[in-house]
Amino acid sequence: MNWYFRAIGIRKVVEFVLLTILIVFFAGPLLNLVVLAFSGHWTYPDLLPSQWSLKWWRFVLQEEDVAQSIALSFLIAAIVTALSIVLCVPAAYAFARLEFPLRKFFLFSFLLTHAFPKMGLYVSIAVLFYQVGLMNTLLGVVLIHMINVLMYMTWIPTAAFRNVHAAQEESARDVGASPLRVFRSITLPLAMPGIFVASVFTFLSSLDEAQGTFLVGIPDYRTMPVVMYSIIADFPSSAGAVFSIILAAPTVILMLAAQRFVSADVMASGFQVK
Amino acid sequence: MSAQLSIRNLSKRFKTGEGVQGIDFDVNKGELVTLLGPSGCGKTTVLRSIGGFLTPDSGDILIEGRSVIKLPPEKRPTSMVFQSYNLWTHMSVFDNLSFGLKIRKVSKADIRERVADVLKLVQLPGAEKKFPSELSGGQQQRVALARSLLLQPSVLLLDEPFSALDAKLRYEMREELRDIQRRIGLTMVFVTHDQEEALSLSDRIVVMNGGHIDQIAPPEQLYEEPETLFVAQFIGKMNFMEGAVDEDKIRIGAQEFPNAKRLAGEVILASRPEDVSLVPETGQGGGLPGKVKQIMALGHYADVSVELAGGGTVRSFQSKDAVKAMHVGQDVRVSFSRVIPFSENHQT
Repeated sequence: MNWYFRAIGIRKVVEFVLLTILIVFFAGPLLNLVVLAFSGHWTYPDLLPSQWSLKWWRFVLQEEDVAQSIALSFLIAAIVTALSIVLCVPAAYAFARLEFPLRKFFLFSFLLTHAFPKMGLYVSIAVLFYQVGLMNTLLGVVLIHMINVLMYMTWIPTAAFRNVHAAQEESARDVGASPLRVFRSITLPLAMPGIFVASVFTFLSSLDEAQGTFLVGIPDYRTMPVVMYSIIADFPSSAGAVFSIILAAPTVILMLAAQRFVSADVMASGFQVK
Repeated sequence: MSAQLSIRNLSKRFKTGEGVQGIDFDVNKGELVTLLGPSGCGKTTVLRSIGGFLTPDSGDILIEGRSVIKLPPEKRPTSMVFQSYNLWTHMSVFDNLSFGLKIRKVSKADIRERVADVLKLVQLPGAEKKFPSELSGGQQQRVALARSLLLQPSVLLLDEPFSALDAKLRYEMREELRDIQRRIGLTMVFVTHDQEEALSLSDRIVVMNGGHIDQIAPPEQLYEEPETLFVAQFIGKMNFMEGAVDEDKIRIGAQEFPNAKRLAGEVILASRPEDVSLVPETGQGGGLPGKVKQIMALGHYADVSVELAGGGTVRSFQSKDAVKAMHVGQDVRVSFSRVIPFSENHQT
C-alpha cells in the first residue's frame, strides 16, 4: 500500500479525501432525498427501502392545492423577475455609468435588507401592508419577494454594465449610432450575461421564499414552499421528499442554463462594490 | 491647398488642473499628422475633441471648412480607432464591420461586398464569421481599423492604436497603416507617446508638452532643428552642455559657434551623439578633455560615454571600426561638429 501512496503523491491523496468529503456533503442529502421520495417502506437500520413505490408522487401530484401552489409559485416568480428587471436594470445602469452624490451609499443600502433578521423585517412590513390593505394579495406577496432580490438584481447588473468598456460604447457612437441605439445594440447585449444571472437568482429566490409569503399571503396565496411546510408537518417524510425534488428541479435546470451562458466570475464581480 | 481639418485656438481645462490651451494647427488632405508627447500632455484630449467625445471650453474645429464643434460623435465625418476594447465582443467580425453601414441603410449585398473588400485591405480576408475573442490583439486592431475605413471618414483618428501590441507587431502594423494611408489618400491624426512611431509614420509631427504645442514640423526637421529644449530632449538622443556667450560667438571649450539666435547670458548647447567626435589625447589641445567611461557595442555602431574633465558626461556614436581603437579609461578630446544653442531660461 505504501509504495502506492508514494507513487501518486501525498497531494493527490489529500485532494481525493477532500473531494470525497465534499461529494458526501453535497450529494449525500440529495441522494437520501431521492431514495426517500421513491420509497414505500423504509425503516432504520436498513440501507435501502424494503419496498419501492410511487404512491407519494401520486399523492402529491393529485392534491389539488399542491398543483395550484406550483402554478402560483411559478406565476409569482415570473412576475417578481419581470418587475425587478424593469426596476433594477435602469438603476444598475445609473450606478455603473453616472456619478452622483452618495452613489456608494445607495449601492450599499441594498445590503440593508439582508442585514436584519428576516422575520423582524417581514413583521414590520406586514404591519404596514395591513394598513394599506396589501395583506392576502398577490401584489403584497410580490413586493415581499422583491425585497429579497433587490440586492442581486442591482449589484450584478451594475458590475455587468461596468464591464462594458467606454471605448466599446464610444466606437458605436463613432460609427453613427445614437445614444439609444448604442444602449440597445451594444451596452445591453454586452451586459446580458450579468442580467441573466441576476434574473435566475431572482427567479429561484422567489420560488424558494416561504417566510414572507406565509406572513403576507395566507390564506389565499399559498406558494409551493408554504404548502410544503404543512405537508411536512402532516404527512410522512416521503411526501416532503417528493415535494423537495419538485421544488429543486427548476433550481438545478436554471443553474445549469446559467452556467452554460456565463462564467462564475460574472457572478463574483457583482459583489465588488466600486 | 485648403486644410481638411483645422483646429482653432482649442482650450479645455479639467477639474484636475490638467488640460490644453491655445491648440492651433491644420491638417491637409491626405496628410498623416501625429500628436506626440509624454502622457498627460493633452494629446488625447485634442484627439477626443476632434472625435466629439469631449467638449472643449473654447475654440473651434473645422472639417472641410465646416465647424463640427456642436455635432455629437455620430454626426461627425470622423472615425476613431481606440487603444483597446474597440470591438463588440458579442458580435462577429462581419457584424462589427457592418454595424455602421446598416445604420447608414446600405443594401445587404453592398455591405457584404464592402466588408469583404476592407478585410482584404487589412489582410484578414475571410474573417467575417470569426468572433473578436478568436482574434489576436493585432488582428483585433486590424478589424477596428477596417471598421473605420469602411465608413470613409474625412479624417481618421487613431488613439495609440498599436501601444498594446508587442514591438515586432507594432512595427508591422505601422508599415501597413502607412501603406494603406498612401494607397487611399486618407487624412489621419495619430496620437502616440512613442517618438520612433511618430518619426517613422508622420508627414508632420505636433509635439505637445504640458497642454500646449511646442513645435510642428516634419520628422527630419524636428530632429535636426528642435525649437525648444523640451523637443530637443524628447526627440532622439541628445547631449546637453553649458556654453558661454561671447558677443556674436558661443564658446564651448576651445570651440566656437556662431550666435545666430542672438542669445545672451548662460546658454545650453545641445548636440546629437552622432555630431560628437572623439580623438585620442595627443597633448596638443583642441576640443574638451575627457575620459572614456563606458563603451556599449550596439551592432553596427557603438555608444561611447565620455566623462568630461570639466564635469558632465557626453555620449558619442562611433562606428564599429573606430571603436576598436578605444578602451575604457582612455584620455580623449571631444569636439562637436554641430550644436543647437538654447538660452538657459528659455521655456516655450
